[in-house]
Amino acid sequence: MTVGSSTNETPGAAATVPATAPAPFLNLRGVRKRLGATEALRGITLDACGDELLVVLGPTGAGKTTLLRTIAGLEQPDAGTITMAGRDVTALDPAARDVALVFQNFSLYPRWSVRRNLEFPLRAPGRNIPEAEIQSRIAWAADLLRITRFLDRESSRLSGGEMQRVAIGRAIVRRPRLFLMDEPLTNLDAKLRESLRVELVELRRELKTPMVFVTHDQAEALSMADRIVVLSEGRVLQTGVPREIYERPVSPVVALQLGQPAINLIPVRREGGQWRAADGTPLLRADASGPGERLLGVRPENVALLGGETASGAVVRIVEHTGPTTTLLVEWFGSRVHIVVPRRAAVHPGDRVHPRIDPARAVLFDQTPQSKEGP
Amino acid sequence: MSFLSLERVEKTYPDGTRAVNGIDLAVEQGELVVLLGPSGCGKTTTLRMIAGLELATGGAIRLAGRDVTGLRPSQRDVGMVFQFYALYPHLTVRDNIGFPLRAAGLARADVRARVDAVAARMDLERLLPLYPKQLAGGDQQKVSLARAIVRRPAVYLMDEPLGTLDSDQRLAMRELIRAEQLASGVTTIYVTHDQEEAMSLADRIVVMEGGRIRQVGTPAEVYDRPSDLFVASFVGSPGMNFIPGEVAGSGGRALFVSQAGQVRVEVPLDGTAGVSSGQATLGIRCEHVHADAGGSIRGRVVTEEYLGSARNVHIEAVCGRIVMRADAAAPYALGSEVRLNLDPSQISIFDGATEARL
Repeated sequence: MTVGSSTNETPGAAATVPATAPAPFLNLRGVRKRLGATEALRGITLDACGDELLVVLGPTGAGKTTLLRTIAGLEQPDAGTITMAGRDVTALDPAARDVALVFQNFSLYPRWSVRRNLEFPLRAPGRNIPEAEIQSRIAWAADLLRITRFLDRESSRLSGGEMQRVAIGRAIVRRPRLFLMDEPLTNLDAKLRESLRVELVELRRELKTPMVFVTHDQAEALSMADRIVVLSEGRVLQTGVPREIYERPVSPVVALQLGQPAINLIPVRREGGQWRAADGTPLLRADASGPGERLLGVRPENVALLGGETASGAVVRIVEHTGPTTTLLVEWFGSRVHIVVPRRAAVHPGDRVHPRIDPARAVLFDQTPQSKEGP
Repeated sequence: MSFLSLERVEKTYPDGTRAVNGIDLAVEQGELVVLLGPSGCGKTTTLRMIAGLELATGGAIRLAGRDVTGLRPSQRDVGMVFQFYALYPHLTVRDNIGFPLRAAGLARADVRARVDAVAARMDLERLLPLYPKQLAGGDQQKVSLARAIVRRPAVYLMDEPLGTLDSDQRLAMRELIRAEQLASGVTTIYVTHDQEEAMSLADRIVVMEGGRIRQVGTPAEVYDRPSDLFVASFVGSPGMNFIPGEVAGSGGRALFVSQAGQVRVEVPLDGTAGVSSGQATLGIRCEHVHADAGGSIRGRVVTEEYLGSARNVHIEAVCGRIVMRADAAAPYALGSEVRLNLDPSQISIFDGATEARL
């Protein structure tokens, strides 16, 4: 069982790269930004390594886009510093930072051909890139992104997925020092998102260029990230590799950000050597130390169903097939709990079941939930 | 006769575009049927023809024993649900739920009775006098569903109703829809491009592509026994792995050999197929690919996708890229060599020319 220390974690300490990791390329220290009445960034400290895909995960309004715009130089921080490759860039304008930003809404020139869209950043005043070099970079990017056959097509005639590939192409032809991606897959069909996710990870690894990728989609964050920064209300709540954050979230708020269906959060009290639900149902063996009231977090796949016909208070309400696994909504100890079981388990609505929480994979949080909404 | 039936239904627009290409579908009373497919497959046009928002240019649509093909939407007794819009903040829950009925011109007493009925069914009575901002998130969703279904038509038609919600809300709303649909027993046709949504909601899934129906079946049938390559790749996350090769055989059994010869499997055929020899594609889902030191397929790990409860390992093999579902606790190093086996009982074989299941 893991005990999450939920209250006085210092996000700054957690967000820095371990000493063994390669030298960080990007460092933010105490970055603050106020936008009108809202404090969008409340002291962000984070590092991204020179060859890393760092995902910033958070709900709408967490400050993700402001953070990216501040790194890009489109916003000036009110306080704090930003360094890249050891150099303080806090006061530099966007062009001098040599970063490439890709947006959610593709932002191509619709009447231009794909080729002209790709050439545009290379022909910017002051770049003076030889024509042969421009053409070779476009051929390289088009090949990498499999858009060669669309090069002379008007951008407005492309599908969403093709447009987003071109937008990514426009970012990579510049060979920037850092990629900044603002929910680039959000407007695409589910099926396309799935394949572009993998493509983008493999492309970045090939380019060996660091990337900060912003999203609200937990599946994107888990599957793409080398490390995840969980952002909420302008603060970093936790930083770590995906598995660390998924298995050992520091707080219920972080726990709820990752995993679908969401983690079950159950208020429990210690009684007779057990953690018990509000109605007295024993859920887990309890140690004798620490507070007597906690919040028990258990992910749906870490509750098993035991066999047996003895009386049990748990009843299956909804059965959802999702391919290799089946998701159950089970009424248990007067509450509703999500349980994910292998597909072979033949369970039907109305069945009485015997859930058992895996003690090695349960998390106990100090705080009790703010609302009565419950899991 | 079925409760809702489509017979050779077509939709050709004046400019010659054929959106729906002669489809047949029979839906029983109380069923929840999901039309699933990528954008442009004809699923929304089909739904709109059932609603009467578009008129079929060929074929017939029957609902509850009546031919409704030429009828206006208001004459069909269908309830169209587009999206679960946000609640009106200045109206109470009661007035929010009753809004569509008042807009349709129902008498005050009737509105009251219908709102009471849906509130009782969905256990919302205590919320009726409250305003949206006084509700917890989950209750707000329940109220928006209640508002969408306060009318009791013969059939609900839902067009990507969860599209604008974020993923947590989508999941909760999905469960609400399923619970409410089971309880009310109102026949429902639901359109989505999201295969996971389709799998989790549907009694039966209708997979569409290019204006045609590719397969109709329960979620398990569509997932386990896809009728062709398109269904095999569109359903499932990720879609099936494909290995090109050749098949030779007859009389219900066949031998599949992959192009590089790494995969040789004897497979039972579905029977209806006659002699089948020639180009073919083997399909297998990622959870039926297993790492095995004695496995015949050699490959190298190129990418890993951690999913929390599991991981997808992408392996580059001589026969192409294969995705394997593996334990979340057992990471694979990029570049490491692996050997794979395929669970022979879970293999699908598709014809190389027609792409249909053999």
